[in-house]
Parts: sequence; structure tokens; C-alpha cells
Amino acid sequence: MTEARTPLWEVFIRPRNGLSHKHVGSVHAADATMALQAARDVYTRRGEGLSVWVVPSAEITASDPADKDALFEPTASKIYRHPTFYEVPDEVENM
Amino acid sequence: MYSQGLIGADGTTDEDEAFLQHFQSRIDAEQKIEPNDAMPEGYRRTLIRQISQHAHSEIVGMLPEGNWISRAPTLRRKAALLAKVQDEGGHGLYLYAAAETLGISREEMTEQLLTGAAKYSSIFNYPTPTWADIGAIGWLVDGAAIMNQIPLCRCSFGPYARAMIRICKEESFHQRQGYEIMLTLCSGTPEQKQLAQDSLDRWWWPSLMMFGPHDSDSTHSDQSMAWKIKRFSNDELRQKFIDATVPQAEFLGIKMPDPDLEWSEKRGSYDHGPIDWDEFWRVVKGGGKCSKDRISDRQAAWDNGAWVREAALAYADKVRARQATAAPTPVAAE
Ligand SMILES: [Fe+2]
Ligand SMILES: [Fe+2]
Repeated sequence: MTEARTPLWEVFIRPRNGLSHKHVGSVHAADATMALQAARDVYTRRGEGLSVWVVPSAEITASDPADKDALFEPTASKIYRHPTFYEVPDEVENM
Repeated sequence: MYSQGLIGADGTTDEDEAFLQHFQSRIDAEQKIEPNDAMPEGYRRTLIRQISQHAHSEIVGMLPEGNWISRAPTLRRKAALLAKVQDEGGHGLYLYAAAETLGISREEMTEQLLTGAAKYSSIFNYPTPTWADIGAIGWLVDGAAIMNQIPLCRCSFGPYARAMIRICKEESFHQRQGYEIMLTLCSGTPEQKQLAQDSLDRWWWPSLMMFGPHDSDSTHSDQSMAWKIKRFSNDELRQKFIDATVPQAEFLGIKMPDPDLEWSEKRGSYDHGPIDWDEFWRVVKGGGKCSKDRISDRQAAWDNGAWVREAALAYADKVRARQATAAPTPVAAE
């Protein structure tokens, strides 16, 4: 098809106050106003949220899956970052 | 779902035995595959084919029901049918977005639908001559779709599985509103009950065909099962659907159009008569009563919407140009 492609937007919804916005999917739209409208029509037909964000997909910088090990593997060996690493006698309660 | 940069990206992978084995071991361990993960080209192609076909079915599926929106018998029925058809449009959009994460654009998929290169479910090539057909579609066609879709919520490809979870949540109202229409007709006048019976006669066999050819004739099944795209075979799902639906027809007091349908004590399931696969293939190949109308309707919708898409893009460009010359105003989120 020869016509220009309509940009892609990522949609984030806050289900209710007190919770953060969560990625729910995407929509195509020419501009932010239309993206917001489309996101409202497509993703909030049953009271799914109180607030919608739309973000141009092209603006998202993502980590490369090829770097997964370099980025996230080192944390696996740092078990001393977890409370269960430390021994506390049973007599000492609630710690 | 994911960055647009992925679209059109070269997805070729070095598929030696070690690569394929490593991929299969991830699948076997029930790990989800995400769009940027390395995957065999065949896995990608299969998913693009299946998800886009599924999306097209949701979109084309709006047409036979849309036929009755303006003629629904009451305001309550009209509101329900409008909401259902709107849901189906949403389902199409979730699924197109899931397919796009695999490197195909929305425009390419639309083109494949309009040229006939991509299929959609043949069930939507049957006409809806009476209001009872809206009942039968919700009850049987959405019912069969739910059977097919529930296992897809556990599909190995993350975006497809997530889209299916959303869709399945929305589908159950579709089936219930259809059954309610049937129930109302069946407890009405003899003429109304006859309308319900006639539409069951029309839709029963095509609904069974929705599950696809018998396992012995199904070409894509084995690999899809190994990759956990599919979890149950066509025949298993069809049998589940029959077993669930026959008692519902009995409750309505109408008869399945199958003289061989009989409860098998031994199998703990219903036996059924032979399915007319010649008809199935005739409709798949475009010989359905409404096949041409469906595509020409989609083509008209696409053509008639062209000026709207162009105007929206032109307007967006104009606003962007205007903003570029104005002073920037930083805005924080929330
Ligand atoms: Fe649907
Ligand atoms: Fe549906």
C-alpha cells in the first residue's frame, strides 16, 4: 500500500488511584489526541481505568535482549541483598 | 505493544540444530517467548499467519451481525448487539497489535485480507437472513470461538497469550446474550420457535467446521503443538464443544440437525454424524454465499476511510510544524 503509515502508540492505564499506570497494549493514530481517544475506546470499555497515557512507540528505548545476561545475571549471585541471607535466632521475633 | 522499530526488521535466524533445540527447551519449560527473543523463522511465520487470520476473523465477523443492528427488535437487544460488535472490533485491534510485534505492519495485513492472500474464518461467509441468526451466532459461533480461544491464553508467544486473556474475558457476554435471544424465541410463539430451529439448522454444521479439518487431515497441527501455539487438537476441541452445547439445545427444546448424534456411554461423549468437508473447502476457497460481499465491504470501508487517514496525518504534521516554531513547554507526567 502506497499511503503513509499511521504511527503506533503504547497505551498505559491506571486502574484506580493508588496503583501505577500499566501497559495494556497499543493503538495506531495520527496524533496524540486521536491516540488518546482510540485508547479510551479500545481499552476502557468496562471500567478498566481512571487515567490513560499514550506514548509514541518510536520514543521507547528498550534494552537489547542480547544483553540480558550482562545486565541482569549479576544480581543472581548477590543473595546477600535478600533478608533470608542473614541468620537470626528464632527467639528474636518479628525481624 | 513493542517498539515500532521492530517492524520490517530482518528476522532471519541462524537455525542450526543447537539453536532449535535451545528454543524447544525454552518452550518445554513453559517459558514465554517475547517479540525481541530469538525464534525460528517458522515459528514467526506460523504466528503471523495465525494471529493475522484471527484478527481478520474478528473484523470480518462484525459484518454479519452489523447487518442486524438497525433492525434489532428492542432497545435492549440493540444496545447489546452494538456493544458486542464493538468488542469484536477491539479484538481485531488487540490481535493486529500482537501480530505487529512479529515484524509485519497493519497496512500489510490489511492488504493481505483485501487481496485474499490471508484467510479469515469461513463461518462469516454465511448470511444472516433472520433475527434468530444473531442468537445462533452468539450462542454457537462465539461459543465455538471461546472453546478455541481459552487454550490460546496459554500460548507460548507472550503478546498473543495476553491478547487472548483480554478477549476471553469479553467473550462470555457474547455467548450469553446469544443464548438469551434463543431462549426468548423458544419460549415465544410456534413461529418464533421455528425461527430458532431454522437458524440452529443453518449454523450447527458450520460451527463444527470452525474447529478445522480432522486431526488426520490437518497439516499444521504437529509443529504448532510442539511449539505450544496450539494445546489441543481440532477434534478434541470440537468434541468438547459438542458435549457442552447439546444439553443447551435440549434445554431450549430444539433439535440438532444431526440424526446420528447420540450419547456414547463408553466414550462419555456424544458421537456425531459425518461433517461435509466438501462444503468446508468450498467455502474456505471463497465459494461461500457472502464471500465476495465481505471482502467488497472491507474494501469499501478501507477506500472510504482513506481521506480521513490522510486528513488526520496532514493535520498532525501541521500541528507539529506549528509547535516546532513555538517555545517548548515541559510537562511532567501524571
Ligand atoms: Fe471476538
Ligand atoms: Fe465474540
